[in-house]
Amino acid sequence: MAALLEVSNLHAAYGPTRVLHGIDFSLEEGSITALLGANGAGKTTTLRALCAMVQTSGEISFGGARIEAKATEDIVRLGIAHVPDGRGTFVNLSTEENLRLGAYVRKDKRAVEQDFERIYAYFPRLKERRHQQAGTLSGGEQQMLAVSRALMLRPRLLLLDEPSFGLAPLIVREIFDIMRAINQSEKVSILLVEQNAAMALDLADHAYLIETGRVVLSGSADEIKQNDAVRRSYLGY
Amino acid sequence: MDAFLNQVFAGLATGGIYASVALALVMIYQATHLVNFAQGELAMFSTYIAWTLIDAGMPYWAAFFLTVVIAFVLGVLIERIIVRPVERAPVLSVVVVFIGLLVIFNSLAGWIYSYTIKVFPSPFPKEPVHIGSHFFSAHQIGAVGVTLVVLGLLYAFFRYTPLGLAMRAAAQNPDSSRLVGIRVGWMLALGWGLASAIGAVAGMMVAPVVYLDPNMMAGILLYAFAAALVGGVDSPGGAVLGGFLVGVLENLLGAYVIGNELKLAFALVLIVGVLVVRPSGLFGKVHVTRV
Ligand SMILES: Nc1ncnc2c1ncn2[C@@H]1O[C@H](COP(=O)(O)OP(=O)(O)O)[C@@H](O)[C@H]1O
Ligand SMILES: [Mg+2]
Repeated sequence: MAALLEVSNLHAAYGPTRVLHGIDFSLEEGSITALLGANGAGKTTTLRALCAMVQTSGEISFGGARIEAKATEDIVRLGIAHVPDGRGTFVNLSTEENLRLGAYVRKDKRAVEQDFERIYAYFPRLKERRHQQAGTLSGGEQQMLAVSRALMLRPRLLLLDEPSFGLAPLIVREIFDIMRAINQSEKVSILLVEQNAAMALDLADHAYLIETGRVVLSGSADEIKQNDAVRRSYLGY
Repeated sequence: MDAFLNQVFAGLATGGIYASVALALVMIYQATHLVNFAQGELAMFSTYIAWTLIDAGMPYWAAFFLTVVIAFVLGVLIERIIVRPVERAPVLSVVVVFIGLLVIFNSLAGWIYSYTIKVFPSPFPKEPVHIGSHFFSAHQIGAVGVTLVVLGLLYAFFRYTPLGLAMRAAAQNPDSSRLVGIRVGWMLALGWGLASAIGAVAGMMVAPVVYLDPNMMAGILLYAFAAALVGGVDSPGGAVLGGFLVGVLENLLGAYVIGNELKLAFALVLIVGVLVVRPSGLFGKVHVTRV
């Protein structure tokens, strides 16, 4: 079976600063794949490169079609939803308006209205706060909102940039459980970027380790967990 | 008492004009953090277009709506063709472009229509209207009415339509907006179109009072700046209230305190005063910059 997402020889730069030096990876349809690595390794840049938010060169195919020349707005229309670094909340808009924006490109308006209830079933807290200004939500609630906004697209692929960042372990567990449920029941493929390697490897099927803009290790989540170097540097045991 | 009420009402009528132009300024400011100095001249030029249409025999309201549409298209085109190429240029370059636009529209109007003043018709009756024992100018009541309808429509558009929501989102957070598929560049162009259309309405409502000439909007733009600053330059509702407030204050001060000659100075004093005492305005957000 061909991979849903296939990345080869991906380079990326911010102006003169070159950050990715030829990254290769792929993601099977229906899987959860993790990109691990230390702070500054280039994980966020990789996700931004997939969505044409940085200068890139290399090949990116999604569902069999090349997308590296497309604009961010058109990549979304293919069914790639991105929960960005820092959550990207529309802070002056209400929770409900944030969710509505997630479905901006969808044409099936009736189904969008039903999806609000689907989201609120996953995250009842967001329903309570649906008329509240999103900037006043707690960090955990804003992360739930960011994930929900992405789900409102009904994506084929969900890109998650450090959903655990700055959150209490209990909230992280809640969000990760819902990610697993969404992956299993709705067949949404997930590309998960994490510094928290232990949690990510529990959730993921496959993982890639990135160091200074290069893939240095890849394999099934179980293999990666057993790797000595990973255990020492990223898992801490 | 009668005279006082009439002064207040006249203030509300001009205040509506300031409110509209202030709102146009704030809409573009929110999206780009730039003040469009050419906003007034764009409104003036649109009013000349209306004058041409009416002069050619078109009924008033047909000319009115056609002008609004033309002004909208003109705003969109200016953003796409002139502003967009300098989108990422330093602020000063953009300001020079705006001032260039101001001068070009002013000269263009003078060249096509000459600098002599023209009478611009009002769609409202000449006879004053009496409400109770008071007499009011029908044009003033009509102008306030038209302003309120425009503001109401805009509010409904931004509050209740998907496109309005997308425009608000694009102004606040362009990166997140692109990630949900909003074409941010086009939202900016639409914003310019709407601002230009609002300005055209303001121009057509004020021209019967101040007469039509290429410098008609200069003073009004200054009052609109004052209004936008008083209300808070990032608050559309604040700009509207600021407009009405400045209109009434200006009229009362002109009638009872400083006389008509010094009224424009009042706008300047207000601008400087707000900048010194409360830069965020009455309704604007206070920005705290962490150092
Ligand atoms: N906007 C930017 N401009 C210049 N350099 C950047 C920018 N964003 C990130 N970088 C640099 O790119 C490298 C990778 O960053 P990033 O992809 O954010 O890493 P990670 O998400 O793995 O922590 C870092 O060295 C960082 O300093
Ligand atoms: Mg990162």
